[in-house]
Amino acid sequence: MNQPVEMSMRNRTGIDRSPADSQKMIDAANAYMPSSKGNGSALMDMESGYIQEAEPVGTVAIPGTLKGAAQATIQMLAGRNAEVLVDKLGERLAFERTGTRLYDYFINKCETMHCEAPISIDTLKRFRHEEAQHFRLVANALETLGADSTSQTPGADVSAVASSGVLQVLSDPRTSVDQSLEVMLNAELVDNAGWDLLVKLADEMGLEDMAKDFQVALNEEDEHLMEIRQWYEQCTLKQAGAI
Amino acid sequence: MSVNLFDSKGVSLDKQRMTWKDMVQPPISKLDDEAFTRVRIILTNGLEVEALRFQHLCARMNKDLQVPLAKVRRVEQHQQTTINWLISSDHSPLETTIAYEQVAVEVTAAVAQTEPDPYLAQVYRFGLLEDFDHLYRYSALLDRLEGKDANNILQSHTDIIPGRPTIDEHRAPENDLREHYDRATADTISKLHATTIMAAEYQTHDYYANIGPTYADPVARQLYAEIASIEEQHVTQYESIIDPSETWLEKWLIHEATEVYNYYSCVEQETNPRIKAIWERFLDYELGHFAYVSELFKQYERRDPAEIISQTLPDPMPFESNRDFVRQTLNQEVDMRTSGTQFVDKAQEDQASLDYRQHVNSGGSPSESVAEGYQWMPGTELNRKVA
Ligand SMILES: [Fe+2]
Ligand SMILES: [Fe+2]
Ligand SMILES: [Fe+2]
Ligand SMILES: [Fe+2]
Ligand SMILES: [Fe+2]
Ligand SMILES: [Fe+2]
Repeated sequence: MNQPVEMSMRNRTGIDRSPADSQKMIDAANAYMPSSKGNGSALMDMESGYIQEAEPVGTVAIPGTLKGAAQATIQMLAGRNAEVLVDKLGERLAFERTGTRLYDYFINKCETMHCEAPISIDTLKRFRHEEAQHFRLVANALETLGADSTSQTPGADVSAVASSGVLQVLSDPRTSVDQSLEVMLNAELVDNAGWDLLVKLADEMGLEDMAKDFQVALNEEDEHLMEIRQWYEQCTLKQAGAI
Repeated sequence: MSVNLFDSKGVSLDKQRMTWKDMVQPPISKLDDEAFTRVRIILTNGLEVEALRFQHLCARMNKDLQVPLAKVRRVEQHQQTTINWLISSDHSPLETTIAYEQVAVEVTAAVAQTEPDPYLAQVYRFGLLEDFDHLYRYSALLDRLEGKDANNILQSHTDIIPGRPTIDEHRAPENDLREHYDRATADTISKLHATTIMAAEYQTHDYYANIGPTYADPVARQLYAEIASIEEQHVTQYESIIDPSETWLEKWLIHEATEVYNYYSCVEQETNPRIKAIWERFLDYELGHFAYVSELFKQYERRDPAEIISQTLPDPMPFESNRDFVRQTLNQEVDMRTSGTQFVDKAQEDQASLDYRQHVNSGGSPSESVAEGYQWMPGTELNRKVA
């Protein structure tokens, strides 16, 4: 089972590991000229060409049949871009659903490694439960708008790409609790900002009930963020022998 | 240790059984394991994939061999999994790509120096300078896309400088074919070399073809498209040096001998004891395959396998840096081109290749764009630009 980071002679990645060979590489790089001149801007020029031609990642699904209640809610949005709200709700839904899985992995790692204070497994299990509840909360919000909570929105898709590395780190048996805490912090920071935005969005769009529910979720997310950040700092300082 | 192919029976085929736990072992450390451990993993993975590929083609053409082929193939499949799953998940596809080109450079250079047939040695040197250039282009991409230093993977064994420019490697198909060795007179080592390098190039092609579209960046997508096309040319080249008049069983026997030879080379040089145990196990498995196919060969062809493969294996393939040899080849042969199966100077290159190249590059050259003005520096080019 893996231990906190240690120092060893085994790391082979840097040039100091083999100074004579590295010097030969450096000499070669200086002696042989690049096959094309320029400062590397060609790469971004090519990128720009493709940006101009690109199609969007995808679209937001049109709500199916609007039932009475949904019609009333939609009317409240008259003149506003409902698709932005649906996209952002879809993004939060997907994030909370994946977030629940992140906690599953993290809890299992902490239990396997017999984590001690400051980390509390009970608290982690409560956070995990809250992520799952937040997922359902957003699903309900989407349903009141007549939107299909099972469809994947562009925001959901892109934010999943962004956080795919978090899942890779958490599901890797080799990563330490400390390393896992760092990526959990990464997720909670974004999550927190996401809820903050949702509260504002619902509020500005006149969806008061929704804004109220979202504020409750945001309060819980504030606690997630605060705890995870504290644990991360304390664990690292403890490991460094600073506390 | 020297290996006698015909006396060492290895593990018999029916005892070559594996569990999912055997196949999925802890991976290597990207940071702490030797670059050449990763080189050996990639090389042998290529051979296992080639074993499956060849044995499937063979099965399509030989009804009588279908059962024996299916039996051996099951083991090859599980060997392939065991080996490829040793690459740890923190390798980005681009970092793994750097390692693939390091395999192409260092293994081809080793082969070029020990190959007894001068024409074949020339073929390897020719291909070497092209993969050497790929390493430089991909290193530029790694630096400029991911902000990483390719030398974290290469561990100072392989230079990052232009080779034969990738933009000039695009040739008309007929100029990628080479003369083949003669099955009756070629040295055993020549046969083992050809199958090894062909396998390595084939898996490189397939790897690029599969991971190319996983990139978001259009420059990366184009660069993989371009280099995958060269790897396809390389497969064409290396496939053509093998005598096409070898029988199916003869080829099968050579494939198994090639696997034996490579695992033997790995066993002799591996420094990670856990990985070495895998090489030892698979060396025994391949000796079992060789013995099994030898029996089939005697049964169906009524010939002695020793007519095809020498009794004792050649010296192990050296896994080491070939910096001086590569540099010397670069200085002497970078301007070499082809005309049909012959190597010629730049000025005599076949017109069909010039025409093809002109067209394929007419919408821009990804390999030139990505490496525009690129000079490797320890810690990435930002170390130079910011300093
Ligand atoms: Fe959350
Ligand atoms: Fe949370
Ligand atoms: Fe095999
Ligand atoms: Fe290559
Ligand atoms: Fe190649
Ligand atoms: Fe085999």
